[in-house]
Amino acid sequence: MGKITMTQALNLAIDEAMAEDDGVFCLGEDVSAKQGGGVFKVTSGLTEKYGENRIRATPISETAIIGAAVGAALAGQRPIAEIMLMNFVGVCMDQIVNHAAKLRFMSGGQTPCPIVIRTTTGVGVGFGGQHSDMLEAWFAHVAGMHVVTPSNAADARGLMRSAIDANDPVVFIENILCYGLESEDPGEGYRVPLGKAAVAKEGSDISLITYGRTVLDALEVAGEMEKEGVSVEVIDLRTIAPYDEETVLASVNKTGRAITLHEAVRPFGVGAEIAANIQEKCWDKLKGPVRRIGGTFSAVPFASHLEQAWIPQKSDIANQIKASVGKD
Amino acid sequence: MAETAKEIDRDKLLDIYTRTMKVNRTDEKFRELLMQGKVAVMYYCVRGQELVSAAAMAALEDDDYVVCTYRGQGEQTAKGIPIKKWWGECLGKATGTCKGKGGTMHITDPDTGIMVTTGVVGSGIPIANGLAMASQNNGDGRVTLVSFGDGAANIGGFHEAMNMAQLYKLPVVFLCQNNRYGEHTAFADHTDSPNIGERAAGYGMKGITVDGNDVNQIYPAMEEAVAHARRGKGPVLVEAMCYRMMGHFFGSDFSYMPEEHLAEMKAEDPLPKLRKVMLERQFTEEELDKIVADIDAEIDEAVQHALDAPLPDTDEIYKDVLEETA
Repeated sequence: MGKITMTQALNLAIDEAMAEDDGVFCLGEDVSAKQGGGVFKVTSGLTEKYGENRIRATPISETAIIGAAVGAALAGQRPIAEIMLMNFVGVCMDQIVNHAAKLRFMSGGQTPCPIVIRTTTGVGVGFGGQHSDMLEAWFAHVAGMHVVTPSNAADARGLMRSAIDANDPVVFIENILCYGLESEDPGEGYRVPLGKAAVAKEGSDISLITYGRTVLDALEVAGEMEKEGVSVEVIDLRTIAPYDEETVLASVNKTGRAITLHEAVRPFGVGAEIAANIQEKCWDKLKGPVRRIGGTFSAVPFASHLEQAWIPQKSDIANQIKASVGKD
Repeated sequence: MAETAKEIDRDKLLDIYTRTMKVNRTDEKFRELLMQGKVAVMYYCVRGQELVSAAAMAALEDDDYVVCTYRGQGEQTAKGIPIKKWWGECLGKATGTCKGKGGTMHITDPDTGIMVTTGVVGSGIPIANGLAMASQNNGDGRVTLVSFGDGAANIGGFHEAMNMAQLYKLPVVFLCQNNRYGEHTAFADHTDSPNIGERAAGYGMKGITVDGNDVNQIYPAMEEAVAHARRGKGPVLVEAMCYRMMGHFFGSDFSYMPEEHLAEMKAEDPLPKLRKVMLERQFTEEELDKIVADIDAEIDEAVQHALDAPLPDTDEIYKDVLEETA
């Protein structure tokens, strides 16, 4: 079937969902053909097929974008709302947290809110403090929604279809540095179920639990560790919340050691929640403390060498693995 | 104030009167139960604003969408929400519209078009756009009406939503019930412009400021706004001037309201004014009293039903979080 990039994967998933269901539509800043199909081209070519009502270019109004998505979802449609960069969710948190996530519960199940909130972010492109953060923990902390991020193009296609199918809000995080990644095209209709992690690499000595772009770092370090005789199992969560506890715990019960890794800052992060859960549920099998690796607890800096120093380092991942298995 | 000369059809007038009194009698009953200590919940009184809600709902079709606020009793009951379920929800019972999980601030009943009741000032306005966007996308001909107060006109979402609605010519009516207070702050202490209705012009939108205490002003204005939106001409901002004759919520102090304001509001009370119009239009005292008596009987039955109703199961805290937990 050939290879596709993550950008193409997302575009194909949205395209086929729109073709199948008239209720699926996109809205967001710069998304239509007039503006070039989105700043990262994910909605490229869709205006020509589905018209400007279904690929709605919006004013720069994040609250109005998410509010409109919520309302349309209540009326039975399946909006895909784009918040161009993840930091801009700060403008519309009320609509996401107080409304999209809670309307199903507060209405006693009468008004589910099936919206996909696509958003992009990532450290390493020189965008500085207000265009780079991974803020998944903000959403993982709120009941009533899914938080998803793909680490490869095939998963991107499958997760996007499942996100559009879902009858609840899904925050879908795309990493800028991952748009160009290529996978074998998994084909039309491909779905990756929400809430299901992937074992990206099997191993027996330690579980490295991660998601999104840092899966790439984890796999690279795991490959190096193999040469040193350490067998690392890499878990790609794919869905950050609610996460696949079964797969994570099974892995840690097997290896007896765990490290959580994410690009987001470490304090109060997703890794902390997973680490705490592992300590509670795998205590008897653990051979040592669960370690956490995350971004530096400061704003993402601009200067390239500072930004690179801010990101979780591959050397640190390697060192933490060695320390865990007693090889430091 | 807008000049509207058109006489309201007699059947429609009776309909508005009935809806107004439903709102009023529900409000009176709620305050009575709270005073007696029979219920202890948050309740945002609508005394003084009954006619605005009733006229707005009377201008809509049954399947039109409504978004309202915590002070939404007027829209909810005037739109025709089943009142046993309404009282059940307000009392936190399993028989409530939302199984007791939403409460007075989050009444939801899609069957009567009450799509969202928000507890966050101004947050319903962008959501109304989305309901209207769905109608524009699928051509179902519905109009969405969103009600909010003067305080909500100063939150960012109001501005974003006004601009977007006009840009797309969405079939939505923005009803600003200017009750002269944003929570405990008087209009002049939170806004320096003379009114909210004129803001519509800044968006290229049709806007009107109208006397919400006079049925002959407010109903024709609502009827025209709804028709405009339904014809695909775009949104309308209707500012209905009215008074909140009580504090922000039941039991809250409103001694900050100046004497002259209280006197002005008493003189403008929409209920005696509406009664006068009804009598002028040849309805009899007996007919009008009978309507109120029937409403009271229905409310009494609904209240008793809610008081007797079971509490929601504790398991409900785990349900309706996601589809998987439904």
